[in-house]
Order: sequence, then C-alpha cells, then structure tokens
Amino acid sequence: MTAWKASRPLRKLLRDKLAFAALAVILLYAATGLLALFHLAATHYRDSVGPAYSPPGADYLLGTDVLGRSVLERVVHGARIALVVGFVSTGIAIPIGILFGLLAGFYKKRVDDVIVWFYTTVDSIPYILLVLALALILGKGLISVCIAIGITSWVGACRVVRGEVIKQTELDYVQAARAMGAGDIRIMMRHILPNVLHMVLIQASLLFVEAVKIEVILSYLGVGVQGEPSWGVMIDDARIELIGRGAWWQFASATGAMFLLLLAFNVFNDALRDALDPKSAE
Amino acid sequence: MTSFVLRRLLYTIPILLGISLIVFLLFHVAGGNPVYRMLGKNASPEEILRLTHQMGLDRPLWIQYLHYLGGLLRGDFGRSWETKQRIGEMIAVGLWPSLCLALPAFFLTTALALVVAMLSTLSKGRAADRFLVIASVLGMSLSILALIIGSQYLLAYRLNLFPISGFESGWQGLPYLALPVLIWIANQVGGDVRYYRSVFLEEIGREYVVTARAKGLSRARAMRVHVLGNAMIPITTRVVMEIPLLFTGSLLLENFFGIPGLGNMSVNALNASDFPVIEAMTLFGSVLYILANLIGDVLYAVFDPRVKLA
Repeated sequence: MTAWKASRPLRKLLRDKLAFAALAVILLYAATGLLALFHLAATHYRDSVGPAYSPPGADYLLGTDVLGRSVLERVVHGARIALVVGFVSTGIAIPIGILFGLLAGFYKKRVDDVIVWFYTTVDSIPYILLVLALALILGKGLISVCIAIGITSWVGACRVVRGEVIKQTELDYVQAARAMGAGDIRIMMRHILPNVLHMVLIQASLLFVEAVKIEVILSYLGVGVQGEPSWGVMIDDARIELIGRGAWWQFASATGAMFLLLLAFNVFNDALRDALDPKSAE
Repeated sequence: MTSFVLRRLLYTIPILLGISLIVFLLFHVAGGNPVYRMLGKNASPEEILRLTHQMGLDRPLWIQYLHYLGGLLRGDFGRSWETKQRIGEMIAVGLWPSLCLALPAFFLTTALALVVAMLSTLSKGRAADRFLVIASVLGMSLSILALIIGSQYLLAYRLNLFPISGFESGWQGLPYLALPVLIWIANQVGGDVRYYRSVFLEEIGREYVVTARAKGLSRARAMRVHVLGNAMIPITTRVVMEIPLLFTGSLLLENFFGIPGLGNMSVNALNASDFPVIEAMTLFGSVLYILANLIGDVLYAVFDPRVKLA
C-alpha cells in the first residue's frame, strides 16, 4: 500500500518527458563532476596544453585561455566545484531546517516561539551580506563557501517543515502512535518525518540551484574558490579575454555549462513540485 | 490603525535585538581581535594589550555587547578601517546612487512581470502562454554575472549602444542607468512572472470568478476587477520578500557599472577586508528589510479588510 502510494508521484515524474530529459542532464553533470572529483577527468586543468587563445576547433574542443589551458578541462572542473557546493551546502542546510522545523512544529508554544524568532531574525539579514560576512570570517575557499551558504539557507526548509508538522500533529495517526506509547523522538522521526519528506525534497532541489548561483557571485567577489577554476572564476577571467582579445569561448563555455545545469534543475523542480506537492496540482 | 502599527513596531524589537546579537557575534567574537589588524605585524605585546584595553575588548562579552548596542542606538556605526570615514556618513552618501538604480529597476521589473503574468494567464494553454513560460524559465537559468559581463561587452563595448560605466546625478545620468536597469529586469523578471502567473491562475479558477464569468463578465474585466484586487496580498508578499534581493543586484551591478552606491561600497570594503563597513551594511540592510515588512503588513490591512488591525 505504502509502496504503491510512494511510487505514483515517481511514475508521474518519469512519464513527463521534459522532466526525464532534465533529470538525465542533471545526472550527466553529476557523473562528470564525480569523475573530476576522483581525478578521472579534467586532470590537466592547471597545465598549459597549447598556444594561448586558441579558438575552439579540432585540436582544442572549447579552445584555450590566456595561459593556454584547456577550457574544456576547466569547465569540467567547474562542474566538480558546482557539485561540491550544491551538495555540501544543501547537506548542511536541510538537516538544520528539518531539525528546527520538527522541533517548532511538534512542541509548539515556547519552543516554536524561540525558533520562529530565530529564523525571522536570520531571514531579516540580507542573504548575500550574511553569506559574504560569514565567508569573510571563515576565510576564503571552497569549504567556507559551502559552510556559509549552508548555515544561512535553512530558513526556507525550516518554514515548510514547521508548517507541515503542525498540520500532521493534528492527525489521528500521531494520536494513535502516542496512545501506543511511542516517545516524542520516535513519533517525530518514524511517523511525522516520512510524511513531510517530499516537501523537503523540493526545498533541497531549489536550494541546490541557489547554491550554484551564489557560488558564482562569491567567486567573482573573490571570497570563493581559490586557485582552481569554478564557473564563476572562469566568467570573471573571461572578462579580460573578451575585452582584450575578443576571445569569447571561455565566457561562452562557462556560461553555457552553468545555464544548462540551472535550466535542467528549474525544469526538474517544476515537475517535482507538480508530482509531490498536492497544492500545486492544477 | 495607530495601535496596530505600534504593536507591529514593538514586535520588531526582539528581531532587531536578535540581528544585533548575530552581527555582534559574527564580527566581534568570531571575527577575531581587530587590534592585530589595526597595529599590523610588528606591534609589541604591550601595545596590543593597551589598545585591547582602550577598545574595551578585555571586558566580558555581555558588557561589550551592551556597549555595542548603545552605540547602535545612538546611530553610531563606527569608522571604516580603510578610509577612516564615519560609516554613517558613507551610507548617507551612497544611498542616493543606490536608490537611483534600485528603485526604477525594481518598479519596472514588478510592473512588467505583472503585465506579462496577466497576459500569460489570459492565454493559458495557448502558444503565447507557453512561449512566455519558456522565456521566463530560460531567463531564470542565466547567471547574473554572465548577463552583466555579456551585455556590457556586447551592447556597451562593441555596439556602443550604452556608456560602459559611470554615474551622474539627475536626468543627465539616465543613459548610465539604462543598461544596468535593463540587466536587472532581465535577471529578475522571469521568477516574478512565474510567481504572479501561478497567483493569477489560482485566483481565476475560484468559484466567484467562474460565477462572474457565467454572468457574462469578460475574461479581461474579471481579471482586472476581481483577480487583481484579490491577488494584491500575495503580490505585496512577493514585493516585500524581494527587498533583500535588491542587495544582490546592486552589489554586482553597481560594481560593474561604476555606480558609487552602497553595493559598490560593500564590494570595496570586501576587497579591503574592511569589516566595520560590511558589518554596518548588514545591519542597515536588515533594518530596511524589517521596515519593508512593516509596510507590507500595513498594506495587507489596506488591501484586505478582513485583516484585523486591532
């Protein structure tokens, strides 16, 4: 019974050809990023492989940059950075959001007041400034970017989980679990959490997009990844190449790689929401 | 009405305290001792101790916090480490150029998004609607950094349609603002259209609208008279929600187009690790957001008589 119910949204999602294509693109990026992560691809992204400013062609598929480095290798390495930023910061934000959301929605009263106060406060601070301040204090680099994004972007997930949990605690099955002697933690983890997880999934997917986008801005502002190419670093490097030499390929490659990934995510998110969120059913 | 506003104002006090606490912890506890930075590498231990004592950094944290809070209440944001200017004055100078960019960009984006969303809703399911939705998603997927660099290079540098960068106060500054405003719109309008479209679609499907249509009201008129009025609440929510996003846009756009506003100031401070300026901007931005929220709540009450003001 449960298995059938769980698989229906999944089947709906996979029947949607566009969503399926989007998922395929995302998986392709993930695979590329993983290969780069384990040093199986883009291992020469630091090395000069040919003359500077070679346009795209048979020798250099996406051309070379000012130091003669392969743009293709750099784009692939960028996929790895995007993957790390997306997963790590989502992996930090979502558990925090779930924890606070569960506690607030389940215990209500004082606990709820404090948590709502806390997330309203965090939410009142302009996001970009908070991330920048944190990244500045934690020191430059990939890990601090992930942490900074992670611990500032849990509010959305927390809000959604809190709202859902408040609804769920009113339902009979929670009363039944309590009557059978289940403790608070067991009720939250075993009974309520699985029923709100679909909302969390949507939030996680949205967060991934935001994390990739904000990484580009942080990289441009110089607090992001150091000493290796991310798409943001590439776009920023390419600015000089564009104006100085009219060399458009590094700019186009990084922009294109990022655009395709974000597009796939945006399409997939819509389908995910349609499939999982009963409210959005038209 | 007055008592409602007063109560809402009272409610912002714990939020403001929370923000000051977070910012204090970030910059004055996690940020490390600023004395090292101020005195440089060759400072003697005695000098460090003396300045630490002078600045009150050897006192208990909660006393430091109260002292800090007292300064904020007097409107004292401290001085920039880099330019030694009073930050309050820097903000006062930077505010106008920022508003020159942000206000027109924000209003034009919202207006355009509302019109497009309405057209899209009225032609739901037809080619025009599909086209607008696809265009919105495409726009949402493009990074603002790429959008800025690409259009600055192509439209300003290569085609000379716009000045590359600069700022002038008053009407003669208009050409300088045109491109950043256009980029802002292009970056922001997609998400807005998607949101407003779903708001309109939900509203137009309600029974009272169906009834009005059954009685012979045209789609366009039903949209104007009924849907728009009732959609004002979610529209207000969205507008208020986007206030903090003004910073993201301003930061990069002001920096790229040489607009001497708060965003540019923040980027310069960031490059110089000028903590007090970043700190002041964080506080200032938060207060703006809270004010916007307050106005939003008052507007809810104006648009929806059911919202009790008591």
